[in-house]
Amino acid sequence: MKTLKKTALGIALGLSTALVANAGELTIATVNNGHMIEMQKLTPEFEKANPGITVKWVTLDEGTLRSRVTTDITTKGGQFDIMTIGMYEAPIWGSRGWLESLAFSDAYDVDDILPAMRGGLSHDGNLYAAPFYGESSMIMYRKDLLDAAGMTMPDNPTWGHVQDAAAAMTDKDNGVYGICLRGKPGWGDNMAFLSTMANSFGAKWFNDDWTPDLDSPAWNHAVNFYVDLLNNYGPPGSSGNSFNEILALINEGKCGMWIDATIAASFVSDPAQSKVADDIAFAQSPVAVTNRGANWLWAWSLAIPAGTKQKDDAVKFLEWATSKDYIELVAATNGWGSVPTGTRASTYANANFTAAAKFADAELKAIMSANPANSTQDETPYVGVQFAAIPEFQAIGTAVGQQMTAALAGDISVEEALANAQTAADREMKKGGYYK
Amino acid sequence: MTDKQRENLKNRIAVVAAWGVALIFFFPIFWMVLTSFKTEGQAIAVPPLLVFEPTLENYIEIQERTNYVKFAWNSVITSFGGTAVALLIAIPSAYAMAFNPTHRTKDILMWMLSTKMLPAVGVLMPIYFLAQKAGLFDTKLVLVIIYAMVNLPIVMLILFNYFREIPKEILEASRMDGTSTYNEIRQIVMPLAWGGIASTALLSIILCWNEAFWSIVLTTTEASTLTAFVASFQAPEGLFWAKVSAVSTLACAPIVIFGWLAQKQLVQGLTFGAVK
Repeated sequence: MKTLKKTALGIALGLSTALVANAGELTIATVNNGHMIEMQKLTPEFEKANPGITVKWVTLDEGTLRSRVTTDITTKGGQFDIMTIGMYEAPIWGSRGWLESLAFSDAYDVDDILPAMRGGLSHDGNLYAAPFYGESSMIMYRKDLLDAAGMTMPDNPTWGHVQDAAAAMTDKDNGVYGICLRGKPGWGDNMAFLSTMANSFGAKWFNDDWTPDLDSPAWNHAVNFYVDLLNNYGPPGSSGNSFNEILALINEGKCGMWIDATIAASFVSDPAQSKVADDIAFAQSPVAVTNRGANWLWAWSLAIPAGTKQKDDAVKFLEWATSKDYIELVAATNGWGSVPTGTRASTYANANFTAAAKFADAELKAIMSANPANSTQDETPYVGVQFAAIPEFQAIGTAVGQQMTAALAGDISVEEALANAQTAADREMKKGGYYK
Repeated sequence: MTDKQRENLKNRIAVVAAWGVALIFFFPIFWMVLTSFKTEGQAIAVPPLLVFEPTLENYIEIQERTNYVKFAWNSVITSFGGTAVALLIAIPSAYAMAFNPTHRTKDILMWMLSTKMLPAVGVLMPIYFLAQKAGLFDTKLVLVIIYAMVNLPIVMLILFNYFREIPKEILEASRMDGTSTYNEIRQIVMPLAWGGIASTALLSIILCWNEAFWSIVLTTTEASTLTAFVASFQAPEGLFWAKVSAVSTLACAPIVIFGWLAQKQLVQGLTFGAVK
């Protein structure tokens, strides 16, 4: 019996390794994107330059990461010293005191960070996250198919022109579809794209009194256009497609046009991944009645949760990972075509980069034209291009996204979908106390 | 057609049907293993490729980026540990309920089983806080406790059914010889129900091995299991099917090998008491 007790005690002690964070050990939560993986590979360089600091990574898929870091930060769990968050979370969490306000050394050159990125990650003038790589949205299209159809793509096309081009490029017998767009439901999936499209049709998420505006004619026009476009010229099963699914389709040469994140430009123009890499060209996101909010703005960023015991070391890592020196380190290791983009003006001023990345000009133009504080034709009470930076938006965006997918799949009409979406959004906003 | 011929035909149809079902179940695993040897481009090719030049690049990258052995070891410790704790509680409990039932026994069993109907996320916050306050975040111990508690209702229910198959007369005879309750369980009940206990343990180990929710929520770097390992290879922006297939193959391999080695006990246990 004594032996049994000793064994049990031994097992318990062995299993319960103390969780107290070791001094000098940073735990970073991140997503499995290419640039993040590269950062992990290059971390030994940081550890070499900062003896006494070791870095441990927790890599998760986007949805799980979001729920993990949200749980941790709201319960003050203290599991992470640095979190990878997006432009949606940074201002909300910053305003609630959940994130450390960031102040960097002069050498960091914070003014070099693109103004749109700095603004989107700040609240009341305080920067709460450092952008690791940023993106907007733009058109990626098959120039060879467009040439064959005898058409051209202007740098700033209209939705009408995109519709004509999609019709001209569609060749269903050979499995080529004129346009591929996100259809999978989610505030960061179909609604990221549809919000920008609706913005350009003159729509907005909320009125001045915070009542939802989804039953407006502008939303109706935009969603009808989207559903018709995909049903006529899109691939079958569009309601299940998001970034990765369409990336696979375009790399296989099945899509004439794709309007999505600028980060995709480096994938679709990479001959190692894409069968049509040499035929891809770029243009700005299409507009209908306004160019405000026609292209989104997003940044995968690094932030420090309030209350971390390793703040000084965490700031050092942030400075390193989002610095100009880091970009040069990636360039020296993997070439200028592989550097994280969308964050610093100096990257786009570098001739080596612009020579290596044929999408550089279009990407910079898209990012510079996105303004989260002024993203709709009419004035609105919220900030954000493809989202409204309020805590209720995740639930609203996902509920609305499900209705849009149902309309795209033909389960309900666009009018029904928008009416349901309006009801769902209204319920959430009332629950949130915005009005009675 | 004679009776014998009819019987033979029935047997053949049964064999073909069994093979068909087995192939349907096996196909996703086959495709996963096949995809793990493709490049990301080949993995998404349309039509899907059956013949291609295999590559080990996914496995090499996994080896470079992560410590597979650590994740696998954590899975082994937490699965076996959780199962051991569950059995430690379930065997005496099932014994009590099987051999000394009251008019509430079935209700208690039903109540225990009903806890399995609660979605895990429903108790996320209390368990998260408890783990936090007890300093058990990111430890194998917290997963062992959670796995034991989560599987306890199933383990108890199965053991209860196995124990009920043991004739009470055997226990009565041993009691007349003055055997203590502890010895009765250890020397009579457990040997008689060994096949059932082994198959229950195996089932519990498989359930623990595949558990993803708690292992992802309650661990970070030290105690993460293979399910967290698989989750870490999904990418929101970029192709990942070939790599995830390789990771999933590595995550499945140990438990498949273990199940194959223990299949005799598993089949024996599952058919225990089936024919009287």
